[in-house]
Amino acid sequence: MEKALSELGQMDELAVMESPIHDLNAAAKLLSTIVYIITVMSFDKYDLSGLLPMVLVPVLMYQIAGIPVHTCFYKLRIVLPLVMAVGLFNPFFDRAIMLKIGTVGISGGVISMITLMLKGVLCLMASFLLVATTPFDSICAALRKMHLPRTLVTLLLLTYRYVGVMTQELAIMTDAYHLRAPGQKGIHVSAWGSFLGQLLLRSMDRAQELYSSMLLRGYHQHFHYAPGKPFRAKDAAFLILSCLCFILLRHINVAELLGSLIVR
Amino acid sequence: MHMADALLAPAVAATMYVASGAAAGVSITKLRKDDEPQKLPTMAVTAALVFAGQMINYTIPGTGSSGHMCGGMMLSALLGPYAGFLSMIVILAIQCLFFADGGLLALGANIWNMAFYGCFVGYFLIWKPIIHSKWFGEGRSAVRKRIIAASIIGCVLTLQLGAFSVVLETSLSGITELPFGAFMALMQPIHLAIGLIEGLITAAVLCFVFESRPELLRDVDETGIALDAKRSLKTTVAILAIVAVVVGGGLSLFASGNPDGLEWALFGNADGGYSTNMGLDEENFGVSSQAAETAESIQEKTSFLPDYAFTDSDSPVGTSVSGIVGGAMVAGVAILICCAGGFFRRKKRA
Repeated sequence: MEKALSELGQMDELAVMESPIHDLNAAAKLLSTIVYIITVMSFDKYDLSGLLPMVLVPVLMYQIAGIPVHTCFYKLRIVLPLVMAVGLFNPFFDRAIMLKIGTVGISGGVISMITLMLKGVLCLMASFLLVATTPFDSICAALRKMHLPRTLVTLLLLTYRYVGVMTQELAIMTDAYHLRAPGQKGIHVSAWGSFLGQLLLRSMDRAQELYSSMLLRGYHQHFHYAPGKPFRAKDAAFLILSCLCFILLRHINVAELLGSLIVR
Repeated sequence: MHMADALLAPAVAATMYVASGAAAGVSITKLRKDDEPQKLPTMAVTAALVFAGQMINYTIPGTGSSGHMCGGMMLSALLGPYAGFLSMIVILAIQCLFFADGGLLALGANIWNMAFYGCFVGYFLIWKPIIHSKWFGEGRSAVRKRIIAASIIGCVLTLQLGAFSVVLETSLSGITELPFGAFMALMQPIHLAIGLIEGLITAAVLCFVFESRPELLRDVDETGIALDAKRSLKTTVAILAIVAVVVGGGLSLFASGNPDGLEWALFGNADGGYSTNMGLDEENFGVSSQAAETAESIQEKTSFLPDYAFTDSDSPVGTSVSGIVGGAMVAGVAILICCAGGFFRRKKRA
């Protein structure tokens, strides 16, 4: 839980840094990220060489944003297990040899497995870059500008505010529990209900107090978002150029072109 | 059960976004009619609590492992299906953005697999009918037992549906070579065990709430007695039966139209060096049967997913080798960019 809190804190710190990427409008970055992920996922499962140049886009962006690439790799521990579980079967079921390096034959299953894992890494890098260079308030404001329902955006914003509070409170409770039950792994079955239940009841009451305080401060179903960065010409240029770049990389196999300069 | 972006084809992801978006639209409309301003803070705080609560490890007695809480059933039991569904969407979005649990492209599918089944199927077909039923007799103790039954059945069933959807979506995306049946045989039993544990944890928390503040639970009044139901258990059982027939019928068609690897090897794998007909009647059972041909023609007409043929098959070795060399060059360029970025960052700090 402490790790989750520190991850949240780290993301918030990264998001308020200053760089040309941080300076871009949130909507432009969000749309560009979505187009990038769709482009990555549209590559054929055997098209590893075509997919490889897509690595350059996030790598370049990370450097411009001043974020070391390795910061996002910690999160791979969550993404990769299911992707690997699915991909690891490919070499067993798809054994047709597609490529020979010397005398070593590489099957289609191995290529599709590596492609799948690379896709997972690239999608994670793109999503991480978006959140690491954009404050969450700005993402919510962009979503609202893109006509996502007010209810959902307000709920997203409010929940995000309380995730930190609740996680901290549960972390304190967990620490206290483990101090009283040293050496015990997890919460004992006798406390399954009361442990979270107590906090749940307190939280429901807190929500009512929160609503009353919101009303006293003049809440009338509308949240007023802080004016974020406007959508300027440079944001439009970023969006158009980045999308064009993705489409070009999708249709031109840069790796093969580069390789053909050396190998005939 | 969070799906990563890499497990979905864009077409499948878009379809799931549309389906989840429609469910979210209905939920927002219903919520607006149901005193939305007052509910929002409660939804936010409860969603944040469930989010944090999912990180707690609950020791499973007699084993060395631990389990986690199921969010959908609990939220729909506390907030109702519509508010619960929206709260789950928010939890999944935050998990996806900040913890890489899921993905932006896969968010629609994850909402469907975890929030839709947990909140709508779990509430309308499990929670509500069981709480209003006459199971275990009358009185508070009976209602308590019904809460336990609803939580366990709800979590098991909704997780099974979610796991099945993961298999279906991944298979439709053409991501895995694992046959549909084998993939399902891997996923469903694992999620049966997970669902059971999550059901027990959900039951424990909801029973605590029931003992302390029963009015916070849906369909239960402040004295701990179930409120009057608008729909009988018989109607629900009938709905479930229809759903089972439709889903079962659909699945059997799917199975016969797309034989798995074993069937394929048995009936017609002459290229692989096997007998074209290993003692079975190919006309009626083989891949060249009339049913298979009809299914194939339908599949050809309706197929919207990419054909995963290997491009440049005329000269695979030549193009692949240049691809590898080019790939290595790309990796070199990426490392150079990183080194340059690091150099400029250090220079800036100095």
